[in-house]
Amino acid sequence: MSNPAQLSTNVALDAVDNKGMRLEGNHGPRPKPFFTPKRIVLYSILFVACLYYLFPLYVMVVTSFKTMPEIRFGNIFAPPIEFTGEPWVKAWTSACTGLTCNGLNPGFWNSVKILIPSVLLSTVVAAVNGYGLVNWKFKGSEIFFSILIFGSFIPYQVMIYPLVMITRELGIYGSIWAVILVHTIFGMPILTLLFRNYFASLPVELFKAARVDGAGFWRIFFEIMLPMSLPIIVVALILQVTGIWNDFLFGVVFAGTQNYPMTVQLNNIVNSAQGSPEYNVNMAATILTGLVPLIIYFISGRLFVRGIAAGAVKG
Amino acid sequence: MDHSVSIRDLSLSFGNVRVLEHLNLDIGQGEFIVLLGPSGCGKSTLLNCIAGLLDVTGGQIFISGKNVTWEEPKDRGIGMVFQSYALYPQMTVERNLSFGLRVAGMDKKEIDQRVKRASEILQIEPLLKRKPAALSGGQRQRVAIGRALVRDVDVFLFDEPLSNLDAKLRSDLRVEIKRLHQRLKNTMIYVTHDQIEALTLADRIAIMKNGVIQQLADPHTIYNRPTNLYVAGFIGSPSMNFLEGDLIGGDQPTIRLESGTTIPVGGYEFETKPKSGSTKAVLGIRPEHILVGEAAASMPYQEDVVIEIVEPMGSDTLAYTTVGGVSVSARADSELDLKAGQKLRVGFDPGRGSIFDVETTNRL
Repeated sequence: MSNPAQLSTNVALDAVDNKGMRLEGNHGPRPKPFFTPKRIVLYSILFVACLYYLFPLYVMVVTSFKTMPEIRFGNIFAPPIEFTGEPWVKAWTSACTGLTCNGLNPGFWNSVKILIPSVLLSTVVAAVNGYGLVNWKFKGSEIFFSILIFGSFIPYQVMIYPLVMITRELGIYGSIWAVILVHTIFGMPILTLLFRNYFASLPVELFKAARVDGAGFWRIFFEIMLPMSLPIIVVALILQVTGIWNDFLFGVVFAGTQNYPMTVQLNNIVNSAQGSPEYNVNMAATILTGLVPLIIYFISGRLFVRGIAAGAVKG
Repeated sequence: MDHSVSIRDLSLSFGNVRVLEHLNLDIGQGEFIVLLGPSGCGKSTLLNCIAGLLDVTGGQIFISGKNVTWEEPKDRGIGMVFQSYALYPQMTVERNLSFGLRVAGMDKKEIDQRVKRASEILQIEPLLKRKPAALSGGQRQRVAIGRALVRDVDVFLFDEPLSNLDAKLRSDLRVEIKRLHQRLKNTMIYVTHDQIEALTLADRIAIMKNGVIQQLADPHTIYNRPTNLYVAGFIGSPSMNFLEGDLIGGDQPTIRLESGTTIPVGGYEFETKPKSGSTKAVLGIRPEHILVGEAAASMPYQEDVVIEIVEPMGSDTLAYTTVGGVSVSARADSELDLKAGQKLRVGFDPGRGSIFDVETTNRL
């Protein structure tokens, strides 16, 4: 996936090299063969790495289109002889997840219902946090930030029981709101760090100019800062979408049976005790669950890298 | 009160670091004040305090007779221009100019009028629909000035506005700022580390060092009668020549250098008559006050020297030599066609120089 980027970087480096040489010794650009030993080794390693990661995916895709008798026959690497879409339909609509047999469909929508508010809420709060920490320093803001960052080192397990009690006291335990709250809390350290570093990299004079122009906290945030932070917002969105979509623990603890996210329901399908395991349905269900983060990465890979780089400068 | 800006006993510290201490400054209506000093001297900090972007630790700031020490920047009647332009990148020039007015909730017609007037004055009308990224450095700085202009403020604050521009543009825009000041007659406070900008623009220059104003005076006084050794060495390029020795008071005061050379300084106007004994002192002479060749003949102090290095500067030539055992530079007419190794006579009038006490570094 990253091959084109790699290639173009190499080309750029070569160009720089050539220029340097020309400046030094007045040589013409030296013709370079495409197959140098270095490149052969490099691409061999990349190729093997790709195979290593793609092969399981291949097996999954192939298996999901086979019928059960064909799977029992063995030959897991062979393409399907009798091509069937039945497992996909079953995984989506009628596979049994515990007591109900509605497939992954309700789980998908539960995940969406958890995902969208969690991502939006955590991103917005973190952006305001980062902006406040950089531009409106208050007494103890550095300590506040350190504590926040320290929070990201505390294992989740330690916080679960207190959070169960807190959400119970708030009366939202076992509802979607509990999961949203928990995701927002746990997204805070890393997202705040991202936004803080990004805002710190913007010239402080912009903020000063806006203040001289009479803009206040929110107006500077919405009219000056936010329009400049698209790259870092994309990074935050990707981190949160994939993180929250892939979450299992908080979903199973806080959501309540009615609101189990897709990951939990996938687990229930795959681990259901009754009957013989339907590998083709399991494979289809797994791919379906993984599809959302996968699509996100494909669409935004380039933006993601750029944004990470932008957030990395200035600690 | 006819002061445009008054700063009373201003102090500012970041933690334990005291940046400004008991600073006083009065700026007249319509005056162009330049705060000049090396980086880290507190000049930008002072400007930020005046703008209200930094909370002061002590003291008071008055603008147009109103105590604004704790007012928000927008309520101080100031406009500010930054070194990095600080234009809002996502807005067009027009929206950049009008941002402050829109924040203030001014009505559309009035905004358009003001933007039009400002862009006329600064000749940026063709750029109004562009984004800052599509402008050159000089154009960006004009827009930044325009942003202060539209708000119709009493006081303009400039924070090293020309430092990011190349030499040619810098001198163009310098003239333009001066023209703007003559036209608008606003009070302007201008921070720079460039002494040429300071000398050309200022009505008065405040030279700062370590958060303290060393001298506040018009450019002519600053240049010709520096109040202490620091100011003398900071202003002028190449810098003033310093001849250190003993000042011997009396009716005919002289300075005896370490080499034994004596220089009569009877023509010098002492601030206070020197004591009759001997004090350690430094005689400072500007390179252009050391005359070379025939012109030296009429000078009170003369010496035959060998020219060591010659630097032709186009309009004139810098000659490096040794006078009284001390290396000095002299600015000579380029017509003289000096050569290294050439022997000739140099001379100067100590009366045009400055004499400083070595211990206090103050002007004598």
